[in-house]
Amino acid sequence: MTDAPDGQMTDGATAGQAQPLLRLAGIGKNFGPVRALVGVDLDIPAGQVTAIVGDNGAGKSTLIKTISGIWQQDHGEIIWQGRPVRLHSPKDATDLGIATVYQDLALCDNLDIVANMFLGREPTRRWQLDEVEMEIAAKRTLADLSVVSVRSVRQPVGSLSGGQRQAVAVARAVMRKAQLVILDEPTAALGVTQTRVVLDLITRLKSQDIAVIVISHNLSDVMSVADRLAVLRLGYLVAVGPKERFDAESVVDLMTTGTSRRLAAQPAETSSGSPSEH
Amino acid sequence: MSTEVHEPPDAAEADEIAAQTAAAAAPEVIAGSLGEYARIWWARVRGGESGALPIVLGLVVIVVYFQARNSLFLSAGNLANLMTQAAWIVMLGMAEVFVLLPGEIDLSIGFSSVIGATFTVWLLQPPHPAPWPLAALVGLAVPAVYSGIQGVITTWLRLPSFVVTLGGLLMGEGLLLYLFNVFAPNSGGTMRLYPGVLYWIEAGAMSPLAGWVVMAAAVVLAGALFVVRDGRRRASKLAAPPASVTALKVAVMAVAGVVVVLIGDTNRGHFLTVVRGVPWVVLLVLVVLVAWSFLLGRTRFGRYVYAIGGNAEAARRAGIDLSRIRVIAFTLCGLTAGIMGVIYASYLGSVSDNVNGGQNVLYAVAAAVIGGTSLFGGRGRMLGAVLGGLIVAVIYNGLELLGLGADAQNMWTAAVLLAAVAVDTLARRNRPSQ
Repeated sequence: MTDAPDGQMTDGATAGQAQPLLRLAGIGKNFGPVRALVGVDLDIPAGQVTAIVGDNGAGKSTLIKTISGIWQQDHGEIIWQGRPVRLHSPKDATDLGIATVYQDLALCDNLDIVANMFLGREPTRRWQLDEVEMEIAAKRTLADLSVVSVRSVRQPVGSLSGGQRQAVAVARAVMRKAQLVILDEPTAALGVTQTRVVLDLITRLKSQDIAVIVISHNLSDVMSVADRLAVLRLGYLVAVGPKERFDAESVVDLMTTGTSRRLAAQPAETSSGSPSEH
Repeated sequence: MSTEVHEPPDAAEADEIAAQTAAAAAPEVIAGSLGEYARIWWARVRGGESGALPIVLGLVVIVVYFQARNSLFLSAGNLANLMTQAAWIVMLGMAEVFVLLPGEIDLSIGFSSVIGATFTVWLLQPPHPAPWPLAALVGLAVPAVYSGIQGVITTWLRLPSFVVTLGGLLMGEGLLLYLFNVFAPNSGGTMRLYPGVLYWIEAGAMSPLAGWVVMAAAVVLAGALFVVRDGRRRASKLAAPPASVTALKVAVMAVAGVVVVLIGDTNRGHFLTVVRGVPWVVLLVLVVLVAWSFLLGRTRFGRYVYAIGGNAEAARRAGIDLSRIRVIAFTLCGLTAGIMGVIYASYLGSVSDNVNGGQNVLYAVAAAVIGGTSLFGGRGRMLGAVLGGLIVAVIYNGLELLGLGADAQNMWTAAVLLAAVAVDTLARRNRPSQ
């Protein structure tokens, strides 16, 4: 696969609208001879859920790690609210308002919900932790997210269910004024009920006009919660567009072969530039 | 009612709810009444978040056993003696908590504490003794720096603290011998602590009146703090402990204070001499306990110490400077060990180069672990180390009263340590999650 795609499909979702919150323009990333990402153009609009799907090794992780500042792209530009930005570290991304919730959630099981939400940025009052202020803010954020069934914000996180833990991790991001929340496989380890909790949570984020990127293997979850889909294959973005243009079968086709005959009927929506196999 | 508080429709369901919440949310902030508090608290005990209860129960059982074997055990004289015996173990246990919480260990403090005390005692030697505050300060600073350096080595080179501080233990034993060769070559390995302020920490006692005043002031102050804190929570519409629970806590503290002062004020002199009053060292332990509990429970530093012990990677991603917190924790461990060194010199009336620093530090780890501090980090409290240290001291003291020697003392301490860890581990298996 040497030749770059001739023409990435432009997705009509944001064309003609106000600028997207985040625009990726021609992002490329190489690891030695391996081209992990090639010429990825992707718009992430505010208030919408963008799902990034793809098989293992398609470049999903590389893409979100680039957006969250862990790795710098080799080619292309990241444009945040219309301004080109350079993300040198995760802190740069966090400072812009990009929060990434990784699969391991990075929570301290021995600390309670409030302590976890404020970890690293606790307000103080005369040298003391301002527990009252923290607890009020934590409760408000959790209430805004309609996080169900947390009996007390003073419960240690270790006693929470998987969905609740995810909710705490997301609430922490929201409380820090994140405008874009990236969720990495948020439902991977969860049962049916807990998955429901997390999907509801994603919907709530959207309603607060926060942009969400979801990485997931689970197509039914993706289909139920996403507004837009972006399909990666072998480092190329092979298709992107509103969810309605896809169905489970076409997504699987795109993930595995880069094209879909089902989408071929609607030529404008598939990418003519899928990587060709030699 | 807020979402926090769950009205119990009937006892069975309330019990169920309590069990779910066993979750270790502190009962103070969920319970609406004393009864509910008790239920949630009991659910937590069953769920493995037992707090101080098993330690106190264990202490009671051991005390009852010794009293049954020798009626002198609970005499005022022996109990006052016990306070002075326990103080150094308790202090060394508190020191160890600082490093156990972030998941480290410091084996060197058994010797470094005595090295600090050796400087202190040397500075106080006649004919030109240094001012005692200076001597004490040096005694605290030396172990603090000693542990701090080991903390730096541990974090910068990413070596296991067990190995680094094991080296510190051996090095400390050597340094102690060296110091005695330099400071007191003809002393036979012992330097006397001459009577002075530091000497009276262990040997001296508050006057009965002072004992009562200090006790009353401590209880009133603690009560006032509780009331102010709860008031602020209520004013912000947050759940606060019911007044009855707070009253009960203050009452328990008051009873404990009265008992200590009563024991201290009973004449424990023999024949014609009258000896009474609470030993000063009790006040010193209390002050250190309050200060370190505040540091761990109410400040950012303390929060980060727990966070590192719970999930170091999460703490790192939250922007916490792990190396800095760890080095400070090691330094505070050494500082507290320095206090112990001064107490130890005061207790023995001297310092000696053949102190068993290896065994002392193991007593300290035992005190901390018996008191509920996890060897894996993230769990434990200063108060636990005090109670755990008391248990170690009671065994020590009780077996001595029974005429048994070091062989029995060590075996008993080992058995209690195993029992404490086993109880803790078994109870933790009952936890709802994890």
